[in-house]
Amino acid sequence: MTENLKKIEKIINSELASKIQNSFIINEELSVEIDVNDLIEVVQFLKSNDKCKFRQLIDIAGVDYPEKDERFQLVYLFLSHENNIRIKIFIKFQPTQSINSLTKIFPSANWMEREVFDMYGIKFKNHPDLRRILTDYGFKGHPLRKDFPLTGFNEVRYSEKEKKVVYEPVKLEQNYRNFDFESPWEGSNYIKEIKNLEKDGKKN
Amino acid sequence: MVKKTKSLNLNFGPQHPAAHGVLRLILELDGEVVEKADPHIGLLHRGTEKLIEQKTYTQALPYFDRLDYVAPMNQEHAFALAAEKLLNIEVPIRAKYIRVIFCEIGRILSHILNVTTQALDVGALTPSLWGFEERETLMTFYERASGSRLHANYFRTGGVHQDIPLKLVEDIEKFCRSFPKIIDDLEGLLTDNRIFKQRNVEIGIVSKQEALDHSFSGVMLRGSGIPWDLRRSQPYEIYKDLDFKIPVGKNGDCYDRYLCRIEEMRESVKIILQCIERLPKGPIKSIDGKISPPNRDDLKQSMEALIHHFKLFTEGYRVPKGDVYTAVEAPKGEFGVYLISDGSNKPYRCKIRAPGFSHLQAMDYLIRGHMLADVPAVLGSLDIVFGEVDR
Repeated sequence: MTENLKKIEKIINSELASKIQNSFIINEELSVEIDVNDLIEVVQFLKSNDKCKFRQLIDIAGVDYPEKDERFQLVYLFLSHENNIRIKIFIKFQPTQSINSLTKIFPSANWMEREVFDMYGIKFKNHPDLRRILTDYGFKGHPLRKDFPLTGFNEVRYSEKEKKVVYEPVKLEQNYRNFDFESPWEGSNYIKEIKNLEKDGKKN
Repeated sequence: MVKKTKSLNLNFGPQHPAAHGVLRLILELDGEVVEKADPHIGLLHRGTEKLIEQKTYTQALPYFDRLDYVAPMNQEHAFALAAEKLLNIEVPIRAKYIRVIFCEIGRILSHILNVTTQALDVGALTPSLWGFEERETLMTFYERASGSRLHANYFRTGGVHQDIPLKLVEDIEKFCRSFPKIIDDLEGLLTDNRIFKQRNVEIGIVSKQEALDHSFSGVMLRGSGIPWDLRRSQPYEIYKDLDFKIPVGKNGDCYDRYLCRIEEMRESVKIILQCIERLPKGPIKSIDGKISPPNRDDLKQSMEALIHHFKLFTEGYRVPKGDVYTAVEAPKGEFGVYLISDGSNKPYRCKIRAPGFSHLQAMDYLIRGHMLADVPAVLGSLDIVFGEVDR
């Protein structure tokens, strides 16, 4: 299993040398980091190359790291039935950037990209039909961003008076509580920070 | 003279008995021929992925029951495997057998529902009455193992929640001996039935290439003649040691998919019987006290057990940093969990890959050029459950 992965890793690295930023095998999974602008070429290569044959796009997962400059990350999961291996392609980019759509290469990317757009507000270039998919008609905001509150902004109920479903701002009897399970034996956050500073000081 | 025709827009659902849930399908019709189908999904969206980010790993597990609610344990399995891979822990052998038994029960549960409702959609009522009786028996097995018929919450990272009662094993075996007869009966009603064949043969044909392009998996892929089953090709748990066949279709139409499901039920029965025969004794969850809770007796006697118990049910366990994708062969296809951990007690991101999502996506291409009456037949053979499509 791992040998096959290493073989594929070698092939990708030698054929696409300039486009691969980083590649590693962890937990028996092959991950490859590439630049946003190389996405189409790399995916095309993975699909059409005789030795790779990643003919199926399994999923596209968005990840949000609000504290980073390149805030969003997209993970493309591919599967090769012939070689029986999987690969993960990572791209990192800023919120303002739009990503090339894969719908021309994999028709199934259509809904997956719509979902990413819906959940993260990431825009895709050349997508035939970039609408929201999972959230309500007329929904505002992108729920899977880390700064979107778990409780949301609006709630709906049927109004007997107006004889229709009405939208209202969320009203909770008790605010959502997020417990900090940081163990005091391992040190609270501020103690850890001091410790880390000391550690860094020693290193320098 | 040119005759002017106007296409008709038809709103199918969101409340429609043949929509298998809350699907709103906007159909563009030319007479009775479907020109375009635009599925609107998300009416059952509950924000599972967002919720999981706020819960500990133990608390996140029950959400998986609520995805594909006709085969709950198969979903839990994918998440448990993902967490185990990140934690790098070994599952005791007995737990593996129990998991496989219940996953296969889940497969039978799902396939009975699908085969019989597909028949119902094209006009046959009896199969669903017969099939649901068997589902009820299977759900009592779920209940006796986990305490609930549907939302089991039975699998845990590192094993299963508790051991199964002795008598349950006997009863499952008894069921497995009698169930093939029921499948024969169902087949007697449907397989050679003229009406059933007229409604399903050569409807919704998927070629090999298109099955790959549209990210199909499970029966949708095998029905088109691609022999691919994760239980065989990327075996997890003990599937390596089990003897079972993978039924593959030929034409890729609704009828072949029906045949595949029927055969898969027979294979599942075989798998369960093998597991029962070999079921070893031993622990049913990881003995690592930092991950699986102590048993009740120890709690009264041992201080350490008490501390573990308290820590596990408040803070939970911490999972090492990293990301992992695990997939299982759920009844509907490849069900995957892409899990990112930042080293804390909650998942940083949990992407759920539901097979039904890609299957429903292909609805437009499958139904184009077919008659309106074929819509329920195709939809039925896609095996859609909205819990997992909408998440």
